[in-house]
Amino acid sequence: MPTVSVKRDLLFQALGRTYTDEEFDELCFEFGLELDEITSEKEIISKEQGNEKAQGASDVVLYKIDVPANRYDLLCLEGLVRGLQVFKERIKAPVYKRVMPIGEIQKLIITEETAKIRPYAVAAVLRNIKFTKDRYDSFIELQEKLHQNICRKRALVAIGTHDLDTLSGPFTYTAKRPSDIRFKPLNKTKEYTACELMNIYKNDNHLKHYLHIIENKPLYPVICDSNGVILSMPPIINGNHSKITVNTRNVFIECTGTDFTKAKIVLDIIVTTFSEYCENQFTVEAAEVVFPNGKSYTFPELAYRKEMVRADLINKKVGIRETPENLAKLLTRMYLKSEVIGDGNQIEIEIPPTRADIIHACDIVEDAAIAYGYNNIQMTLPKTYTIANQFPLNKLTELLRHDMAAAGFTEALTFALCSQEDIADKLGLDISATKAVHISNPKTAEFQVARTTLLPGLLKTIAANRKMPLPLKLFEISDVVVKDPSRDVGARNYRHLCAVYYNKNPGFEIIHGLLDRIMQLLDVPPGEKKGGYVIKASEGPAFFPGRCAEIFARGQSVGKLGVLHPDVITKFELTMPCSSLEINIEPFL
Amino acid sequence: MADGPVAEVLLRRLEAADGGLDSAELAAELGLEHQAVVGAVKSLQALGEIIEAELRSTKRWELTAEGKEIDREGSHEARVFHSVPPEGLAQSELMRLPSGKVGFSKAMSNKWIRVDKSTADGPRVFRVVDSVEDEVQRRLQLVRGGQAEKLGEKERSELKKRKLLTEVTLKTYWISKGSAFSTSISKQEAELSPEMISSGSWRDRPFKPYNFLAHGVLPDSGHLHPLLKVRTQFRQIFLEMGFTEMPTDNYIESSFWNFDALFQPQQHPARDQHDTFFLRDPAEALQLPMDYVHRVKRTHSQGGYGSQGYKYNWKLDEARKNILRTHTTAASARALYRLAQKKPFTPAKYFSIDRVFRNETLDATHLAEFHQIEGVVADHGLTLGHLMGVLREFFTKLGITQLRFKPAYNPYTEPSMEVFSYHQGLKKWVEVGNSGLFRPEMLLPMGLPENVSVIAWGLSLERPTMIKYGINNIRELVGHKVNLQMVYDSPLCRLDAEQGSLQAQETT
Repeated sequence: MPTVSVKRDLLFQALGRTYTDEEFDELCFEFGLELDEITSEKEIISKEQGNEKAQGASDVVLYKIDVPANRYDLLCLEGLVRGLQVFKERIKAPVYKRVMPIGEIQKLIITEETAKIRPYAVAAVLRNIKFTKDRYDSFIELQEKLHQNICRKRALVAIGTHDLDTLSGPFTYTAKRPSDIRFKPLNKTKEYTACELMNIYKNDNHLKHYLHIIENKPLYPVICDSNGVILSMPPIINGNHSKITVNTRNVFIECTGTDFTKAKIVLDIIVTTFSEYCENQFTVEAAEVVFPNGKSYTFPELAYRKEMVRADLINKKVGIRETPENLAKLLTRMYLKSEVIGDGNQIEIEIPPTRADIIHACDIVEDAAIAYGYNNIQMTLPKTYTIANQFPLNKLTELLRHDMAAAGFTEALTFALCSQEDIADKLGLDISATKAVHISNPKTAEFQVARTTLLPGLLKTIAANRKMPLPLKLFEISDVVVKDPSRDVGARNYRHLCAVYYNKNPGFEIIHGLLDRIMQLLDVPPGEKKGGYVIKASEGPAFFPGRCAEIFARGQSVGKLGVLHPDVITKFELTMPCSSLEINIEPFL
Repeated sequence: MADGPVAEVLLRRLEAADGGLDSAELAAELGLEHQAVVGAVKSLQALGEIIEAELRSTKRWELTAEGKEIDREGSHEARVFHSVPPEGLAQSELMRLPSGKVGFSKAMSNKWIRVDKSTADGPRVFRVVDSVEDEVQRRLQLVRGGQAEKLGEKERSELKKRKLLTEVTLKTYWISKGSAFSTSISKQEAELSPEMISSGSWRDRPFKPYNFLAHGVLPDSGHLHPLLKVRTQFRQIFLEMGFTEMPTDNYIESSFWNFDALFQPQQHPARDQHDTFFLRDPAEALQLPMDYVHRVKRTHSQGGYGSQGYKYNWKLDEARKNILRTHTTAASARALYRLAQKKPFTPAKYFSIDRVFRNETLDATHLAEFHQIEGVVADHGLTLGHLMGVLREFFTKLGITQLRFKPAYNPYTEPSMEVFSYHQGLKKWVEVGNSGLFRPEMLLPMGLPENVSVIAWGLSLERPTMIKYGINNIRELVGHKVNLQMVYDSPLCRLDAEQGSLQAQETT
């Protein structure tokens, strides 16, 4: 969930009133926001770097507000204020207009070289804008928030904003060999080639995260004006030449990317949010983008879409009984201008360009419910009549767990993920013999594979509890995972039961007795006949030679029991003899 | 024998005594070791109210071994003085006497003797005075007679410094008659025996009283794990509410069922390497229900079912990627898909509690795997009000009654609501679960009828358990580093028994 940090006093000034922290928290809750933290720059620095560094930092109160991940329109002060003011019916939602310039329209021409890297670009102009320090900061911050969220860390979309008065169109969006790109990047004093820049930014804590997007491409995307001045090398860095400042009056905005839909949304969000500060409020100057196929489009789209939803559908989904008029009013408070039309039960809803999150009637239903107030909805119980059933495997597990404890064994709960070493090397097995599934991106060795046996987890539990009085008698009934090409995903779980006895003597008879008890509980008689069970001498690298038996029940092998091999005991950092039992319980369902 | 001869004597003396007896005095009178009297006191005490014994500690001065010698034979200096005849003694000879060395210097400083170094055959010692008073011996004799208090503080400490006196603490009993005092005591029986029962002798025998303050012997037993005890209770709650358990025994899931089927777009951050464990082997799902896959693909990339869709290039390869499931909602999606294939539609209530996996940064409250609890109801015409009603009943069974709901965003539910409960301890509202109505873009491609709504909610199993059992570090609860003593000692899990006890302490 993105967190937006705004100055409290600035926020209250924009809202036209002050709130206590509790009141504002309440308002956020109602609207679906969360007042996450009340802090200041000073407090943040002091927390992260110590009190000394914080000296002299601003102690202006900051509100950190959690915004739902799909509400890109609320990612800065301007957007939040507009959303809340409309919600509280203090203002009407503004109508955003795309206007044609008096002179020539700004053009951005895309060449076909971009196709393989970042094929899409959109653009627009904010004309006669008036920044202040706070507005400017918010403008930069919004771009950063968009980059981190909808733009997926610039991979899908990257935003460039430029001082139009320093440039001269038409602009070209193309792609060139890195060695052929040479410009003075933002906040640098000299020119570098793209290759040099990629090297320099490897050590830049902020930019290094974006390098991978184009690093290995033969061509890098680049935007330049008619004089060859480089505006930006998306998605990495803008040029210094067209850098915007507090005094910039005309802003050229370009968004490039691999996702056309998202690029258009991002552009719409930026221009709708900041056109408030243009001389002609809420108007955005159009720009023309010519695609390699010669087709040309005008941006920003600023599309208003009409949706028709029946009032009774909203009432039925929410569980309320409001008149269509009231529902229209509720929706209007959510920035969705609505009116009752037709037979008096139809509501026509206008989806503004700021609400890209509204993609279905269910999104409209939710907004009606929010405006109605979730906590005002009457709670009712559904009349759904059903008979409960347990999942048979879990039912058997639950029953067995209780009787294992009754038999004197204590339940462990160990991790399903572990290292290759745990399930193979330490048990004297080769990893390929385990049929284990392998994880491709483990952060540490603890998450290399899913366990194929419960034994390592129990032995590790004993190792962590060596100070406890002996004997230690542990069990676990849980799932292991192995590859199985007959399953849709190529792997399956098996429900295993594992028990260990750890003491000064191996206690094979105790583990054997436990097996007899388990079979008694499962109503499996001893002996090979009539689906009974037997144990037969066997061997396995995990067991002491001559002290291992395979368990056959209902005509199939279900597991093994025995005294563990001293090598296994040592590898799990244990010192006492130990016997164990592990069976698959699924044949007993 | 507990009531030995000393005890008998003690009881007789006590009968005759006025008020009580001091154990040390009694020992002195009887010429016994004090410890023998103490033993008798203890054995009598064990018999009940026969005697009362009050422990007293007294400090007393006693002579050391050297002190006793001086008490008997006089101080070293006096002994030196007496060994010097009127005609004097060679100093070398005097020094050979047992008290010579110590006594000589003391006698010199007392000016009882002098040394004449001018004599021909070496230095010679002569008396200075005719007779001496042996003050040291006199003082030690006082102490022996129990009159140490007659000495001044300074005199005592000087003797102590010379290691002639020592202060000992004596623990004695002041013994008086108990409420059941009797001089004739008989041995008490420790336990009832089969012979006593058959002979009836128990009727005439006194029995030793039990000490009810002592701890019992804990039974040898196995124990269930606390987290799984809580799991059992949650299962029970769902079963009481008529919910059927979904199969969740497949940790490996395709991205399709885990994300795509839930209308979670392929660029969603949850599908990042940073958040999800992907599989290297088997890397891809072998089979997907292709008809359904095509409907899902169309809904994502173009929309449909009344949706605008996400309008991006949906890739089958991405959907095939195998992962460790990140939520049990993947299992819910499979269950709902199966439900959709059954015609005509029958309403259903489902639940599951099982492990899920996240490739997250680990800390005191986050592990790479945890248990998720999920409830789902599918029926015609379910509303947000129904969802809230079911949640109210569910949380009431957990002992949580004060709820409120906050609008939220989940990729696969709309409307979505986070569930908050008021935490008495923290005096604030804390999140206890997440919920919503599944999106039509998820349900309709499955083939569920259009007027069927599905409400769902979820929470983690670990968080309420940590709160219930007062555990701050999740590693102490889950995994091999668990403290088995904690497992042994954990009480029953009765979620509704303690009012509000399950309320979350912190938000994740």
